[in-house]
This record gives sequence, structure tokens and C-alpha cells, in this order.
Amino acid sequence: MSAHANLERRRQAIYGWLLLSPAAVLLTLFAFYPSVATLWSSLFSRGTRRKPTEFVGTENYAELFADPTFWIVVKNNLLYAGITIPVSIFIALSMALWANGKIRARGFVRTAYFTPTVLPMIAAANLWLFFYTPGLGVLDQIGSLFGLPSVNWLGQPETALWAIIIVTIWKEAGFFMIFYLAALQTIPADLKEAADIEGASRWTYTRRIVLPLLMPTTLFIAVNAMINSVKLIDHLFILTKGGPSDASKLILYYIYEMAFAFFDAPSAAAMTMMVIGVLGIVAAVQFLYLDKRTHYQ
Amino acid sequence: MTTTPFVKLDGVAKRWNGQLGVEGIKLDIPEGSFTALLGPSGCGKSTTLRLLAGLELPDEGKILIDGKDVTTSAASDRNLSMVFQSYALFPHLSVAENVMFGLKVRRVPKKERLEKLHRALEITGLLGLEDRKPGELSGGQRQRVALARAIVAGQRLCLMDEPLSNLDAKLRNAVRKDIKKLQRDLGITVVYVTHDQTEAMSMADTVVLMKDGHIQQVGSPEDLYSRPNNTFVAEFVGAPPMALLQSSVLDGFGDDKTIGIRAENIQIVPKGEGRMRCTVNESEFLGAETLIGLDHAGAAGLCVLKPGLSMMAEGNEIDISFHDENLHVFDAAGQRLAG
Repeated sequence: MSAHANLERRRQAIYGWLLLSPAAVLLTLFAFYPSVATLWSSLFSRGTRRKPTEFVGTENYAELFADPTFWIVVKNNLLYAGITIPVSIFIALSMALWANGKIRARGFVRTAYFTPTVLPMIAAANLWLFFYTPGLGVLDQIGSLFGLPSVNWLGQPETALWAIIIVTIWKEAGFFMIFYLAALQTIPADLKEAADIEGASRWTYTRRIVLPLLMPTTLFIAVNAMINSVKLIDHLFILTKGGPSDASKLILYYIYEMAFAFFDAPSAAAMTMMVIGVLGIVAAVQFLYLDKRTHYQ
Repeated sequence: MTTTPFVKLDGVAKRWNGQLGVEGIKLDIPEGSFTALLGPSGCGKSTTLRLLAGLELPDEGKILIDGKDVTTSAASDRNLSMVFQSYALFPHLSVAENVMFGLKVRRVPKKERLEKLHRALEITGLLGLEDRKPGELSGGQRQRVALARAIVAGQRLCLMDEPLSNLDAKLRNAVRKDIKKLQRDLGITVVYVTHDQTEAMSMADTVVLMKDGHIQQVGSPEDLYSRPNNTFVAEFVGAPPMALLQSSVLDGFGDDKTIGIRAENIQIVPKGEGRMRCTVNESEFLGAETLIGLDHAGAAGLCVLKPGLSMMAEGNEIDISFHDENLHVFDAAGQRLAG
């Protein structure tokens, strides 16, 4: 190998590292280091004035597993994710297929669908508070027209979580639809024509051609929806504060409560670690398993 | 005896927001023939094909296929297949799945499906590539997959929309022959859209030359070449195209006509013996012959062919001559006059 080629190779390597370093520094500072620090602090006891912090190993985790509220929160979050992810993806896809078709006022329909995403979370939550308020709220107003009794949607354990779920779907479907619309634009029109000539119905075309070609988008959206389902907190502050009796409490809200209401930082850290672990595993499964079955153009 | 045509377009018109698409298309296509729709881009040839396929619906006129009025039928009810310019292969499906897509949709039993697949791949020389995705094939192979998909169902009418335009020149020549042979062997009727006159002239039994949404001439390649209907056909068909002269430069043709003459019918003669005196403006060596471009005040596109390599200096003045029987006479509106 000549000295010239060697020098060129080294120059390329330095160039590469220089391009990489801003992201590496920021990620280390604000993502990797905090994660490791969280893991570290989850292994220590909560310090008080009389009892200093000491290493307790997995004791914080064991305590969490024994905490009934923790299990309620886990159950709530599973239900929340299990409903919002598939339903919002389904609605987003249906809306995208419709808004992509030859309909009148297409621009208006697209904008209308996207509006919930543009609204700030707090504003959206306040809007829904107005819908859900017993007696005065829009839902009750409509219900009373048909002689239905007033329902306190957010104030009773049976309906509180469902009310939150509906708000989330309303907000996410429009956002995901934009991704689907963008992906639909990349499917050439002549595929539809070729399928038409072969005698494929609209449904066959959608199922055999469109959906498989949308798989990369679906995968991306599914991962995002999953992350969102453990990230939700602002709606809870406005709408229910996790109540009544923990019926609508989700994991991040509980972590927040642990850390800043009960000042139990080690427990909050332990819970955070579990969330990171679960998210990591699910994301790995999604990408490793589904990726193989997905066609990328 | 009159045979009813297999495909019939009768006064078909399609307009886009008042703009012209195609107008007054009248065309009879016999069964088992190879018809090429030829013309410059934007002439309406693709629109005509899409009307025939059922991908667009006509504003006026009737379309009949095999005696059935299909003017408003869906594409799938017309019993035809189509090869797209972009091939329109499904990128996530393998070669076998692409070819069998239509059979599956039409619920052909699995055994029959596989037999037909095997036969179609055999004909198109694709055996062994069943499991490849279109992205893993070369341009020529993709083109053949599109062909296999078109012939697998055994439809009697196959429409092709510039199927060779994405191939390189060498491959194009080879596939051209393959398509022609395929059409003959299977006895199918092919309607073929192209802007390349070499394709149209070498493959088709009947060439339909179009311009601005109107048919200019329908006829055999030989007809179009030696008896052009009008000056557009004369200037479009042939390489080099026919030269057009104002009739005033020749004696005995009046003043308001246009005379057409092909390069191969012009001879260079010694000075003083010719019917016209021209200036050489370029010499183009083509291999077997040399094309000499000529300038003359009353003519456009005048040129002459000389055998072998025989370049002539630019600016040279030469005399040319030709026989009257090789002249094509067009009236003031550009229409051919008898003869």
C-alpha cells in the first residue's frame, strides 16, 4: 500500500469521525449518560437524613413488583397501547386511502385530518375537557337530546381510561395519515392500471399490492405509536390527573409522581429502566422480525 | 367477402378539459394482426391505446372488441392484456407471483396456474428466475416478465405501450424480433404504440400514423413509405425523410404545389446536366453509405446518398437529377394528388 493511499484513507476516517461527533456528543450527554445514571441510581436506596443512601441491588425492583399500583398502571398502559396503536393505524390508513383517491375538496380533507396534530397537546386536552364535561359538555348536550342521562366520562373509573384512549386516537390518526399519504404518493399509478387490466378488484389491489408496499411505513408508524403510548403525560395532567383511583394512570405519569410527588427517585429510576428495557425488546422484535417480511423500494 | 374486424374503433374522441386528446378515430384491426400506432409525442397514440384498454372512457364514439360493444366496459371485462412502458411490475412480488397475479385474481386452479406459468416463462426465456424480485433483474429481464404477464392468461388481444423505450439500442433490436415472433407463434392480435418509426415499420402489418389527435394515414409500412397521404407522413416516415420542394423550382408542376422526393431517387450528375443546382451543407458517414445534405432556396430536407465513404466538402456546388415517376405531388394543403 502506497503512502498516498494510506494518507487518503486516514483523511476519510477523520472526516467521518468529524461528521459523526456532533451527534455522538449530544447523544452521549443527553441520552446515554442519563440512561446509565438512571440504571446506577435505581440500584441504591432512597436516602433520608437519618439513613444515608446505600447499595441495595434489585431491592427497588422487587418493591415495585410488590406494589399493586404499579400493576394497575402496567395493566392500564397495556390496554391503552393495545387499543390506540392498532386503531389509530387502521383509521390513519383508511383516511389516507380515502384522501388519496379522486375526491372533491381533497386538500380540505387532508388539512382537516391533520388539524389535531397541529394543535398543542394542552390545547387539545382542553378541547376534549369541554366535550367530556358532565352536564355542559358537548357529549352530554347531544346525549340529552335523546334523553340519555348525564355521564361523567372522565370522573368514573369505568370510562376514564377509554376517554383518554379516544383523545389519543383522535390526535394520532391524523398524524400517521400524513405518513401513509406520503407513502401512497410513491406507488406508481400504472400498478393500479395493471391490476385493473388483470381484473383485480379494488379490495384485492389494496390487500395484495398497496398494503405490502406500505409495510415500511406501517412498521415505522407502529414503532412511533408504541413509543407514544408510554410517552403520554400532558393529556393526563389536564383531563384526569391519573384518576379516579388510578383508573387512567399511565406509566410515565406514575414515574413522574414517584419522582416529583413522592420524591422516591430510586423507584422512579427502576421503573424507567423497565420501560427502556421493554421498549428496546419490542422495537428489536419489530425491526428484526417484521423487517424481513417487508419490501423496501 | 367481408370479415368483421376483431377490434373496431368508430369515431372515437377524447378531450381533456376542452383540450384535444384524440378526435374522430376510425380504425379496423383484423384478428391476428400487428398494428402499430406511430406518431410524435403528444399525438394521441397512447390515449388511443388507453381508450382501447378501458383505462380511459371516450367522450364520443364506439369501441368494439370481438364483436362486443365495450365502449363503457371496465378494463377487466375486455379480455385483453397490456404491457406498460414502465412495465408496471409489482415490486414486492417475485417473478412467478407477478406473472400469475391475474390468474390468481381470476381464480384459476393452482395446477393450471403453474402449468401456464411454466409455459409463459419458457416462451420468454425466464425459467430459473421465478423467485427473483423485479429489483434484482436487468432491464431486459423485467421487460420479459412484463411480456410473460401479458401472454400467460392467453388473451387474444395484447396492447403494448412503448415496451422497448427503456432498453438500450442493441437489446431493443433483439426484443423487437422476439415480440414479432411471439405474436406470430401465438397468433394474437397486438396493438403497439411507439414513437420510433423503425419499430413500427419493421414489426407491424399495419401502421397507423397519428398527429395532433388525428389519424394521418393507415396502411402497410410499404404504403406509408412509398405512397404518403400528405406532407406530414412524407416528412415523418423514412430515414432520411422525404425532401419537399416548392413546385415553382421545377418546370411543369405549377406554382402552388409541393413536390416530395426521396434521397435514394436523386442522382448527382455532371455540372450543367442536372435539374437543380444545390450547395453541400454537410456530409454524414453512415457506414455503408454517406449522406450528403444539400441546400436549395426552394427545398427543405434535400439530401442524397452516395455509396461507401465519399465525403464532399461543405459549400461545394453540385447538380442533381431525378425521374418524374419518383416524385410525389401534394396540393397546396399538403394532400397527396393522384399518382
